[in-house]
Amino acid sequence: MDKLHLHYEVEGNDFVAAGEAAGQMKRTLRQLGIDFEIIRRCSICMYEGEINMVAHAEGGSADVIIAKDKVTIVLEDTGPGITDMELAMQEGYSTATQDVRELGFGAGMGLPNMKKYADTLAVESTPGVGTKVTMEINIPA
Amino acid sequence: MTVHDVAKQLNLTCCVDADGQRTVEGGYVGDLLSWVIGKAGAGHAWITIMSNPNVAAVAMLADTSMIILAESVEPDDTLLAKAQQHGLNLYTASEGAFELAWRLHELLG
Repeated sequence: MDKLHLHYEVEGNDFVAAGEAAGQMKRTLRQLGIDFEIIRRCSICMYEGEINMVAHAEGGSADVIIAKDKVTIVLEDTGPGITDMELAMQEGYSTATQDVRELGFGAGMGLPNMKKYADTLAVESTPGVGTKVTMEINIPA
Repeated sequence: MTVHDVAKQLNLTCCVDADGQRTVEGGYVGDLLSWVIGKAGAGHAWITIMSNPNVAAVAMLADTSMIILAESVEPDDTLLAKAQQHGLNLYTASEGAFELAWRLHELLG
């Protein structure tokens, strides 16, 4: 199978539309007949990434590359960046505003969830420049 | 036990009946959405008092079998529309999350 490339633009601060990219990705993965649990893991990773860009970075872009053996999700934004990566990876740590918390986010589970559900997670972030998150979810043969 | 069975036994009020024959494979209670999406299992009935549109996204992506809004919480219009759009089973209940979880556990054994 050739690689399939999906691209989405994610709007910042639009919590009603948040999850649309993950939803569209999920539908495509289903059409491709990929295993339900793999789809679930991809969906969780994508949604957490989307929410982070909506809540913290005024949006960004999401690219999904679907190959025979893995799904790669690349999220890029030009937001404020992550100043303390160690803290950001800890469950329960969040810099979300009160407004965001009232919607049910800001539990400090975004990056920990991505780490839990992706097979590989790489976060490159420069304060004041932006953040790039790359996740790979393997598809067993 | 199906979504319809659970709805009948728990005396739930239906808001969106998308797939009543889906099997309920467990339950999860929570309102923090990142917590729920990371911990609720596929096929679980999700009991919450959150009623904003993001509830639909979390339920769809976590692949829960049904959403139960506890304590007579009503879904907002956008949640209702998104649940219909994505084919999510959405119910409300007058009981609190504790009572619902207890009764659901008794039903599922």
